[in-house]
Amino acid sequence: MKRLNLWIGAAISLCVLATALVALVWTPYPPAKLDILHKLAPTSAAHWLGTDPFGRDVLSMIMAGAQASLSVSVIAVGLGAGLGIPLGALAAARGGWVDDLVMRATDLAFAFPALLTAVMITALAGPGAGNAMLAIGIFNIPVFARVTRGAARPVWQREFILAARTSGRGDVAITLRHVLPNIAAILIVQATIQFALGIIAEAGLSYVGLGTQPPQPSWGRMLNDAQTFIYRAPLLAVFPGAAITLAVLGLNLLGDGLRDVLDPRLRRSR
Amino acid sequence: MNKIIAAALAATLATGTAQAAKDTLSLGMVLEPPMLDPTGGAAAATREVVYQNVFEGLTRIDQNGQVVPALAKSWTISGDGLVYIFALHTEAKFHDGAAFDCSVVKFTYERAVAPDSTNAQKGLFEAIAKTECPDPATAVVTLKRPTARFLFNIGFSDTVMIGPASAAGNKTNPVGTGPYLFKRWVKGDRVELARNEAYWGAKPAIASVTFRFVADPSAAAAAMLAGDIDAFPLFPAPETLDQFRADKRFTVNIGTTAGKTILALNNARKPFDDVRVRRALAYAIDRKALVDALGNYGTPIGSHYVPGDVGYVDLTGAYPYDPAKAKALLAEAGIKPGFTMTLRLPPPPYARRGGEVIAAMLEQVGIVAKQEPIEWAQWLDQVFKPQTDYDATIIAHVEPGDLDVYARDFYYYNYKSDEYRATFKQYVETVDPAKQVTLLGDLQRILSRDEPNVYLYALAKVSVWKAGLRGMWPNQPVPANPIAGISWAE
Repeated sequence: MKRLNLWIGAAISLCVLATALVALVWTPYPPAKLDILHKLAPTSAAHWLGTDPFGRDVLSMIMAGAQASLSVSVIAVGLGAGLGIPLGALAAARGGWVDDLVMRATDLAFAFPALLTAVMITALAGPGAGNAMLAIGIFNIPVFARVTRGAARPVWQREFILAARTSGRGDVAITLRHVLPNIAAILIVQATIQFALGIIAEAGLSYVGLGTQPPQPSWGRMLNDAQTFIYRAPLLAVFPGAAITLAVLGLNLLGDGLRDVLDPRLRRSR
Repeated sequence: MNKIIAAALAATLATGTAQAAKDTLSLGMVLEPPMLDPTGGAAAATREVVYQNVFEGLTRIDQNGQVVPALAKSWTISGDGLVYIFALHTEAKFHDGAAFDCSVVKFTYERAVAPDSTNAQKGLFEAIAKTECPDPATAVVTLKRPTARFLFNIGFSDTVMIGPASAAGNKTNPVGTGPYLFKRWVKGDRVELARNEAYWGAKPAIASVTFRFVADPSAAAAAMLAGDIDAFPLFPAPETLDQFRADKRFTVNIGTTAGKTILALNNARKPFDDVRVRRALAYAIDRKALVDALGNYGTPIGSHYVPGDVGYVDLTGAYPYDPAKAKALLAEAGIKPGFTMTLRLPPPPYARRGGEVIAAMLEQVGIVAKQEPIEWAQWLDQVFKPQTDYDATIIAHVEPGDLDVYARDFYYYNYKSDEYRATFKQYVETVDPAKQVTLLGDLQRILSRDEPNVYLYALAKVSVWKAGLRGMWPNQPVPANPIAGISWAE
C-alpha cells in the first residue's frame, strides 16, 4: 500500500515535471497570445481546456504555469536547503552556544507565519517571481536547519564518528563524509514536503498579485482571474485549481512514500 | 461570523418593517476616499461620497451634465462676460449651525487659490480676479477674462462652499450645507451620512445612507447577490452582469462617464518624444478588441474627450488598428524590433488587465512592454509628480471636459505644443457658443494629430441596483452619487 503511494506520487510528480519541461519548447498555443474573438470558448478539440476572457488557451497557460510554479519552488527549496543544511550541520557539530544561537534564531523565524511574512517581503521588495523565490526560500532555511540539526545530533554520538575523530579528521570532513550521508534520506523527504509547500506558497502569492507577474502565466493568478467568471465559466477556476492540487498531492505522496522506503526506523516505529 | 449573524438579524428586522417604505440606503464603492474634504486634493472617491450630499457649491452639475442653481438662487452675467452677480440662499446653514452668506463665498474662493491651498483643481478658480460682497445675500465675482465654463467650474466638487470655522476639520469631519450630514467613518469599511433635517431645500426621501467600500470585484458581486448592498453605481465586475440581468431582484444599467481611459506616454522621454512612435502605438492597439476583452462596455475614443461632451468630434478613425503601419512607422523612427518599454499599472482592472491586453498587442509589432503593477500612492508619487519617472501608464481621467491639462505648463504627459496652448487660450476667452464648439473641435484634432497619449476608450458607468430603487444617476457626467434624488418605490 505504502509502495503504491510512492509510485502514484512519483508518477504525478514526473508528469508535472515533464509538462513544465515540454512547455519550455512547446505549448499548443503561445500562452500569452490573445484571441479576443474566441474568448471564453468552452472545451473543444481546438482548445482542450477552453480559453480565458482574453481568448488565451487555458491548456497552454497551465503548462506554462507549471514552469513558474516549479522554478519558484526549486529555487526556494534550493535556497532553504543550501543555507539551512550547513547551519543545522554546524549547530550539530559544534553544540554549545553555536547550537543555541542557531536554534533560537530558527525559533524566532518560526514565530512568524510564513506566508504572511512572504506577503510582507514581496510587498516591500516589489512583486515578482524573483522576490517570491526569495521570500519562500527564506522560510525554508530554518526548516532545513532544524531538521538537519535534529537528525545529525544522534549521528555525532555514534562510534564511527569517534573513530573518525581519533583518526584526526576535522568537523567539516566528518560532516561531509559521515554525517550527511546518514541523514540524506530525511533531508530528501523534507525537501519533497517543502517543495509542495513552495508550490502552494507561490500560488498564494500570485493569487494576491505578489508572485509571478504577467505575461508569464501562473496558476495562482489564473485562479484569481477566474474568480469573477465563476458563474459564466466555472471551469476557468477548476483547471488551475486542479493543477495545484495535483502537483501538491503528487509531491506529498512521493514524500510519504520516500520516507517509508528510505527511513527504515520510521517504518518500524509504526 | 458575528458579522454574518448580525447581517442576517438585520435582514430579518428589515423585512419586518419593510411594509413602511424603506428609507435607508447602502451604496457600494470600490475605492475608499483617502479623506473627505473635496477641496483638499480630492480623489474621485471623495467626490463620490460628499459632493452634493454633504457639500454644495453655488451651482451644481445635474445628471445630464448641465449646470443648475444650488446655493445661488439665480445669477446675472455682465455683457462683457466678466462680472457674475449671484443671489444667494442665505437661509442655508452649515451643519454646525454657522450661517451661509457672501462672506463664505469670498472665503472659499480665496482659500482655494491661497499659496497653501491643496485644492486638486486650482485651475477652476484661476480666472477669478476678486469676490465682493455688496450685501450678505449677494456675491459679485469678477473674472480676469471671459471664461467659457465658469458656471460649470463652480458647480464641480472641488469648488463647493466651505465654512470658515469648519474648514480645518473637513478631512475627517466634513461640515457642509448639504442635504446630508456626516455621521461617522469606520476606516476600511464605511462612511455613514444622515439626512439633514434642517436642510434649506426640499427634504430628501432617504433618511440614512451608508457608503460601503468593497475593493474586490467578486466580493462586490457577492455582496449585491446577498442583498447586503442596495446599489453599486460603479460596479467592478461587469463579467457577472448576465447573472444580475437574469435576476428580477436587480436592475442593471450601462451608462456613460466622463472618464477617458488612455495609455499615457511620457512625451519628454525618448523615444516617445517622436510623434511617429506615438502614432505607431496608436495603430498597434485595437481599441475595440481591448474593450471586448475587458468586457467593460467602454466606447472607443480618438482624443481626450468623450461622446456627449459639448463639441465632441469623432476621431476614432484617425488611427485604425493596423499593425503593419505601426511597424513601418517604428522602423522609420529607428525603433528596432525587441524595443523594451515599461507600462506602470495602477490597481484598477482597466489598468492591470488592460495592461495585459495592450502588452500582447504591442508584442505583435515587436515592442516588449514590461508590465509593472504599482499602488496608487506610488503612481501619484512617481508618475504624476514633476519628475515623471515612467515610460507609459494606463489611467482613466474622470474630470469632465479637462482639455486644459494639455495647455498647462506642467502636466505629467510633458506635452508641449504652442499651437494647442494658443487655441486653448482662444477657446477659454471666447463667449460665443458656436465659436466655442468650433475651437473645441480644433483642440481635439490637434490632440489626435499629435497623439501625445494613445486614447483608448470612454469608461462606461456599469451599475447594479435593487429593483425598486428610483432616482439613481444612469450616467456619471461628474464623479458624484447625489442621494437626495433617490427613493424606494412603495
